[in-house]
Amino acid sequence: MAAKPDLLPGTLDMLILKTLTRVPMHGYGIALAIRRLSDEVLTVEEGSLYPALQRLLLQGWVKAEWKITETNRRARYYTLTAAGKKQLGLELSQFDQMIAAITRVLQNA
Amino acid sequence: MNPLTRLFRKFRLTARSDRFNRDLEEEMAYHRAQAEKSFIAEGMSPQEAHYAAVRHFGNDARLRDESHGIAGLALENILQDFRFAFRQLRKNPGFATTAIVILTLGIAASVAIFSFVDAALIKPLPYQNPSRLVILFESNSLGLQFHLSYKDYIDWKNQNTVFSSLEIYAPYGFRLQTPTGTQQVDGSRVSAGFFRTLGVTPALGRDFGPNEDQPGQARPTILSYSAWQRRFGGRADAIGQTVVLDDQPNTIIGVLPRDFHFRPSEPADFWTTERADGECEKIRGCHSMFGLARLKPGVSFATAFADMRTVVAQLERQYPDSNKGRGVFMLPAPELIVGDVRPILLVLLVGAALLLLIAAVNVASLLLVRSESRRREFAVRGAVGASRARLTLLFITEGVVLAATAGVLGTALAFLAMRYATGLIPKDMLASMPWFTALGLNFRVVLFAVLVSLASAVLFSLMPALRVSLADLHADLSSGGRCFAGNVWRRFGSNLVIVELTMAVVLLVSAGLLGKSFYRLLHTDPGLIPDHLATLQVAAEGPAYKKDPAVIALERQIQTRVATLPGVRSVAFTSVLPLGDGDGTIILSVVGQPHHDGLREVIDREVSASYFTTLQAQLIRGQLFEESDDASHALVGVINQQLAKQFFPNQDPIGQQVSSDGDANAHIRVIGIVNDIQEGQLDAAPRAALYVPFNQTPPNDFAVILRTSQDEDSLLTTVATAIHGIDPGLATWQPSTMSRRLHDSPAAWMHRSSAWIVGGFAALALLLSIVGLYGVVAYSVSQRTREIGVRMALGAQRSSVYRLILREAGWLAVLGIGAGILCSLATTLLLRKLLFQVQSWDLPTLVGVAIVLAASALLASWIPAHRAASVNPTEALHAE
Repeated sequence: MAAKPDLLPGTLDMLILKTLTRVPMHGYGIALAIRRLSDEVLTVEEGSLYPALQRLLLQGWVKAEWKITETNRRARYYTLTAAGKKQLGLELSQFDQMIAAITRVLQNA
Repeated sequence: MNPLTRLFRKFRLTARSDRFNRDLEEEMAYHRAQAEKSFIAEGMSPQEAHYAAVRHFGNDARLRDESHGIAGLALENILQDFRFAFRQLRKNPGFATTAIVILTLGIAASVAIFSFVDAALIKPLPYQNPSRLVILFESNSLGLQFHLSYKDYIDWKNQNTVFSSLEIYAPYGFRLQTPTGTQQVDGSRVSAGFFRTLGVTPALGRDFGPNEDQPGQARPTILSYSAWQRRFGGRADAIGQTVVLDDQPNTIIGVLPRDFHFRPSEPADFWTTERADGECEKIRGCHSMFGLARLKPGVSFATAFADMRTVVAQLERQYPDSNKGRGVFMLPAPELIVGDVRPILLVLLVGAALLLLIAAVNVASLLLVRSESRRREFAVRGAVGASRARLTLLFITEGVVLAATAGVLGTALAFLAMRYATGLIPKDMLASMPWFTALGLNFRVVLFAVLVSLASAVLFSLMPALRVSLADLHADLSSGGRCFAGNVWRRFGSNLVIVELTMAVVLLVSAGLLGKSFYRLLHTDPGLIPDHLATLQVAAEGPAYKKDPAVIALERQIQTRVATLPGVRSVAFTSVLPLGDGDGTIILSVVGQPHHDGLREVIDREVSASYFTTLQAQLIRGQLFEESDDASHALVGVINQQLAKQFFPNQDPIGQQVSSDGDANAHIRVIGIVNDIQEGQLDAAPRAALYVPFNQTPPNDFAVILRTSQDEDSLLTTVATAIHGIDPGLATWQPSTMSRRLHDSPAAWMHRSSAWIVGGFAALALLLSIVGLYGVVAYSVSQRTREIGVRMALGAQRSSVYRLILREAGWLAVLGIGAGILCSLATTLLLRKLLFQVQSWDLPTLVGVAIVLAASALLASWIPAHRAASVNPTEALHAE
């Protein structure tokens, strides 16, 4: 099995925020979504996911509340806040710049 | 996000960490369960799926800790930081001691001075609504604050429309009969509503009834709290006892609260009522009291003043004989009570605050030097994963430990200093500042100390933390490059050091001048030998002593009785003691000569024949009195050298006759000249004095002076007892000694206290400037290690490295000391009035201060210079 590429450092927060833009999700849902949306390329380690969620909560970028799932179990759902949307925009534009810069280097070198 | 909100969230999470853990647990369990399901759906057996999910998830305890660490306040981390901070400080005792000592001194000075400010200015006066109280005076052509007369008071009281009550008070000295004889005691006479107007109720017993100041009523008296403690041992049965004041029985009806004081009439042991039937009270022109009033609600001070002016103008028209030219003057009571100490205290407080600020900045600069040498340590910590926040927390803990230690020590030191300082204030002086008796650590003072420590903790944590975040940790690890922040700090620090040195020079010069002046003052020749001299005031009032021969007989009796006491070598009498206020003067004329142009006012003293020998004054020419010089003999007098110089510049005074303007026909023949005995304050210029025999015009109030062969203090009670043995009706007071009069005189006190205060500030300023200089130079050395390494590698000698560093320090010192000398030439001009026999540009003091500072500066810069010179070039270059 080919080694899966690691997440670029600093992008996990951005990915979590992005997956939450459409609907509130629980932690497992977020991990699944990232994997599915990246065509199974990116795997979020649970070991990084939960600390990251706490960090985002603390920054006030996401809110958490307990809800009942479709399978009738309690799960904590995370919702993007207004501040979180702003932060996501900021990180996306920084990320774009970075990618553009890297691409330029790769093409011209 | 706002860091405060974040901190608050952290605190909330920490407080609810159980709930946090439960939530996290449940969330992760759900995750595992879902993963398990999907593995089963992929075709794993349930058991395999379970293991796979758990394995996939990893160590959930570590995970929980990590999440917790992010979200909550890690208490264990903080405790660990504190332990680390203590260890760091212990490992570096030189640094820790210096920082804590400086800060402790700074905090102690400001806390002590704040507590004085608190006692005098912040603590409310012990009355109800003190801002509505006013003090009333009559003004006349001489000034504003003069007594009013009882009859004027009654008219003011009846005619004003602006006061809800108007009362009077009159400071007064009573003769109190005690089992051991009559004593002179301090008291005050007030109208019956005085305490009600102040809004004070006695702590024990009752207040004066509304009519108890009327003639014919029994005489009540209220004790001050301290008099109750001292004279009645604080016993409740003091109420109802009778005391005899001025030969009148008074019943004790109450005791005032402990914190009560009324400065315009302090000290006062006994408060009695003013009676309308007194001698003075019947005469409108006899002024002997002051007014106290409470403004009616809604009436402003200005309105009240205007109303009183109308009342007084009306009285002036009505009674032109007695009231011509007499107006009214009013002051808010707080103004009269604390107005004159406010500026001094505020200046002191500002000075102390400034010192504290500089102390704190200095300690911060020391911390910075240390953080400089710990840069690699921090870079390594950063590299192995310590977050910037965690590193900052380390600095904060260290700052908090320093500030808290210094805060506690400083407050304790301040407390000791306060107790010592109030002990230094002479009793009379303390009585005029009654609020200082309540000095101590109260809630406000402790709060102030906490705030001050907190502020310094913030400063300490911010400075190095700022340094860490400004500098790039990675850069530190690889090169240790100098950065912008470092240079800013160096420039700021250098300027600060120059200011500190300047301040230290000014304060040291002032302290030096005051100290020298104090020394000169105490070693000035008062014209007498002060040790082994005991003094006691005696008053022989009453019908038995109306005639001169009775007083002379009394004096002789006292002389005989006291002279036989063991340890007494000689006894003398005088109307007024030397080293007093220099009052008691006459206008002198020389018989048969025109009035000379100069000053004719001379000090006049009635003294016994033994006066000069007892004081061990020098007879310059002629002879002294005989005990037999009394009314039956011709009037004679002894003059001092100053009088001889002033009145007989070119002739022999012996045999000349002088007279006073009071009784021009009484010709006094000068029989001798003595040296100038200081009758006034120590720093007063010599004044002309005339001494006449006690027995020729005996005064009823006089002082007894004893020359003793043993400790003069121990004799004082025996002497008072012996005098009361002759007549229990004699009042004795102010037992003292000549040395005490010398040391506690207002002039000496003024000198001593200002020398001490300025000296204390100067010592602190010196310490601060030295530490500041050390901090700046050491910082600069730590920044230039690489440069020095290069220089040495290129062949620079150690001596040239010394020169390099010392030159930098030397410039700062020269600038600071130079500016300081210039500034002190200006500021000491302000001190000129305080100085005694010392010029404000006293060269030895200036040179001495410059040398002390230069030497200390050299010492402070030598340590870092030595460190710089011992830099190993290879290491310095390798390490960078």
